[in-house]
Amino acid sequence: MLEKRFFRKPKNELEHAGNGQSSRQNQPSVPDDLYVSCPECKQSILKADMEENGFVCPKCSHHFSMTARRRIQILTDAGSFNELFSDLSPTNLLDFPGYDEKLRKAQAESGEQEGVICGTAQIGGYPVALFVMDPGFILGSMGTIVGEKITRLFEYAAAQKLPVIGYTVSGGARMQEGILSLMQMAKTSGAVKLHSDAGLLYITVLTNPTTGGVTASFAMEGDIILAEPKALVAFAGPRVIEQTIRQKLPSGFQRAEFLLEKGFVDAIVHRNDQKSYLTTILKLHQKHCEGKGAM
Amino acid sequence: MANLSLNSVKESYASVKESMKEIMQPYAEKVQPYARVLAARAKNRPTSQSFIAGLTEDFLEFHGDRRFGDDAAIIAGVARINDMPITVIGIEKGITLQESIKRNFGAAHPEGYRKALRLMKQAEKFHRPVLCIVDTSGAYCGIGAEERGQGQAIAENLMEMMTLKTPVISLLIGEGGSGGALALAVADQVWMMENSIYSVISPEGCASILWKDSQKMQEAAEHLKLTAQDLFDMGVVEQIIPESSPKEFSKVYAVLKTMLYDSFQSAMQKPVDELVANRYQRFRQMGIQ
Ligand SMILES: [Zn+2]
Repeated sequence: MLEKRFFRKPKNELEHAGNGQSSRQNQPSVPDDLYVSCPECKQSILKADMEENGFVCPKCSHHFSMTARRRIQILTDAGSFNELFSDLSPTNLLDFPGYDEKLRKAQAESGEQEGVICGTAQIGGYPVALFVMDPGFILGSMGTIVGEKITRLFEYAAAQKLPVIGYTVSGGARMQEGILSLMQMAKTSGAVKLHSDAGLLYITVLTNPTTGGVTASFAMEGDIILAEPKALVAFAGPRVIEQTIRQKLPSGFQRAEFLLEKGFVDAIVHRNDQKSYLTTILKLHQKHCEGKGAM
Repeated sequence: MANLSLNSVKESYASVKESMKEIMQPYAEKVQPYARVLAARAKNRPTSQSFIAGLTEDFLEFHGDRRFGDDAAIIAGVARINDMPITVIGIEKGITLQESIKRNFGAAHPEGYRKALRLMKQAEKFHRPVLCIVDTSGAYCGIGAEERGQGQAIAENLMEMMTLKTPVISLLIGEGGSGGALALAVADQVWMMENSIYSVISPEGCASILWKDSQKMQEAAEHLKLTAQDLFDMGVVEQIIPESSPKEFSKVYAVLKTMLYDSFQSAMQKPVDELVANRYQRFRQMGIQ
């Protein structure tokens, strides 16, 4: 029953690659979706090469946005992912105008019920509880079901004595769910604390962009906080700040490298190194390191 | 047609009034939440320092987060309610313009939230109750705030307050602006003044993001369900405190003081584990249908 969901391909992976940008102008003679234009080096790159390279530009290492489903596929040991709480799906709690349509559209486009996928898996042979947020689902916003799934995952991990690895990407709280979306910040933080007080490990990996209520809750609550290169990580996004202080922000402001310098991130890890990096962390948090492949 | 009796005039007047009511009803409902927003932001509205003066004695203000600095947007210290020592922490917008500038109009920086947490931890150590008074349009959005980890500071408060081993009551007195308000509202009980609001985003911000029109704030205010009554109905707050006019707030303080004293007294009787477990459950059930 669960196997069916393993590695189900997101329906919109083509649309998602390259933030929906295509390279029409550079490659007039080939089909649009064969190439993507890298927003960093501006070069036209073969989409297959970019995907093969973990959705990273082979020329300049720009990290493209990717679906949660695809990330899980790349990160976890083959066949080990077991999805949890996939039956939970959001409803329009406040009868907010336009929200029903927005949800339906997001579900149809992403092939997911909500903006976070939770489950258990193995990474480098170590069992973990895992949540991965999806950038395409209403901008990775946190509504009550996102909060509920993440809370359940921490409670489950606490009961099963599993470490949690969480990949964050979010535009913040989902305003169509009003105060109840805000309350998810407190709810998830409570669950993180419960898991933490049980002496268990929580690693967050901040990806582009992680902002708002997610930054101000579980994204910043990891024992170890990693970030992808150049990921925007902020409480208030750059546009909000520019409007507030009425001046231009320095380049690189609120990027992962900036947070590293200011002391809010433990390390920046290239996407293609993350699996081995996480495996080493997991190994070092075993009671006795097994010294796999030791000296 | 011309023979109008007094009765028929009365009847038609009544029916006009009825139909007027029908016409006005949706309009009144639409305007009302935004009227609350304006009331919550009103210049003459009592701020945290007024509440502290009205509710407590012997207030001593303590400063600083012991890490970076002192944030004047948050007033914190120790005081007593009758014979009961408490820790009190309030977001302060300031009264005069000059003071409001000094206090950054109640928009706190990370050091403000860290000062609050430091004093909450102190309250836990001495097992005295914590009263948080919330009045902010939101945590400050600026370069320094981001550099010093606004998100991290709020996140840490949420986590630590959830298991703080002493009673906590948060009182929203004006604006309860998003994460900047929640950072002082992970409490056993959250109370709201009748004309306070609590929202994930300002109605103006919501209108401008969703409808590209900040003038639709009345509509947004309605849909966001941000009034004390809406939030009470949703189970997000436990008490609504009725208000009188700002000049007569002394009567409000007298009632509120008794309510706080009684609530803290009964919370202090409870085993601390039960208190913390109830707080977890309070938030745990939010948003579950
Ligand atoms: Zn590139």
